[in-house]
Amino acid sequence: MELVQIQRSLVDYTKSLFMEGFLDAQFLQLQQLQDDSNPDFVFEVVSLFFEDSEKLLNELIIALDQPNVDFKKIDSHVHQLKGSSSSIGAQRVKNACIAFRNYCDVQNIEGCLTCLQQVKQECYLVKNKFETLFRLEQQIMASGGSVPTIELGF
Amino acid sequence: MSGNGASSSSLNMISGEDVVNNNLSALVVDDSPLLRLLHDIHLKKYGLKVQVAENGKVAVDLFHLGASFDLVLMDKEMPVMNGVEATKELRAMGVTSMIVGVTSKDGPGEQQAFMEAGLDYCFEKPLTPEIISFLLEELNKHNNKN
Repeated sequence: MELVQIQRSLVDYTKSLFMEGFLDAQFLQLQQLQDDSNPDFVFEVVSLFFEDSEKLLNELIIALDQPNVDFKKIDSHVHQLKGSSSSIGAQRVKNACIAFRNYCDVQNIEGCLTCLQQVKQECYLVKNKFETLFRLEQQIMASGGSVPTIELGF
Repeated sequence: MSGNGASSSSLNMISGEDVVNNNLSALVVDDSPLLRLLHDIHLKKYGLKVQVAENGKVAVDLFHLGASFDLVLMDKEMPVMNGVEATKELRAMGVTSMIVGVTSKDGPGEQQAFMEAGLDYCFEKPLTPEIISFLLEELNKHNNKN
């Protein structure tokens, strides 16, 4: 595929992630922080997020499987996941965490279990989206091109 | 400096290029490696020298060892020593750095308790370029007065 076509695909793909709610403006802020002195910044931050989220999701599975569920502990884990998802602009993960915390507040186990599945699903989906995004960026770089930036207000 | 819990909606929007600082230092206190990296890079882009600490106790220990920072970004929820305790301890030590609380969206009561610990400002994480510009502008004003 020609370089221009790949660049166009990347722009269209990134826009679709915003339109579908996977990403919000915070992701653009991340991209703006990346420069020649930190060329892999976005990849590093996103990778940290997925390391974090995997640990937190495992903690949540264990915590919700206890005979006496500690809702404060669960809320703390979800709070952390909400914070980190918000920081990378993973909007749907963030929103799923907000719903999860509401069920923690009222100590509704069934609600929490449903939300856990929802959060896991959203993390899985956005991870796939990021993998595609980074793959397109790598193709552009390998072809000697530059990664186009997306402006808010498209 | 007195805390006033400025909200981002009341900030003057200043271009980041106007507030590049080569002689200011910052300490980012957060138990999340992701947030530490994010705020570290963000502040460095504005020319600050940045150190990081993974909890309140590490931050307090740094000050006990004689370190000083113009700006402290203090997360609220941290293990070992949380942001509220760390802020109280720093103020009790006589630390006059600008301490800015950085929280996930908490109830108003919780933010109030954090402010009362001795913060100058409290914002929701992650900090935006506009908020960082505002903080640096305030820091510059404060330093120019002194």
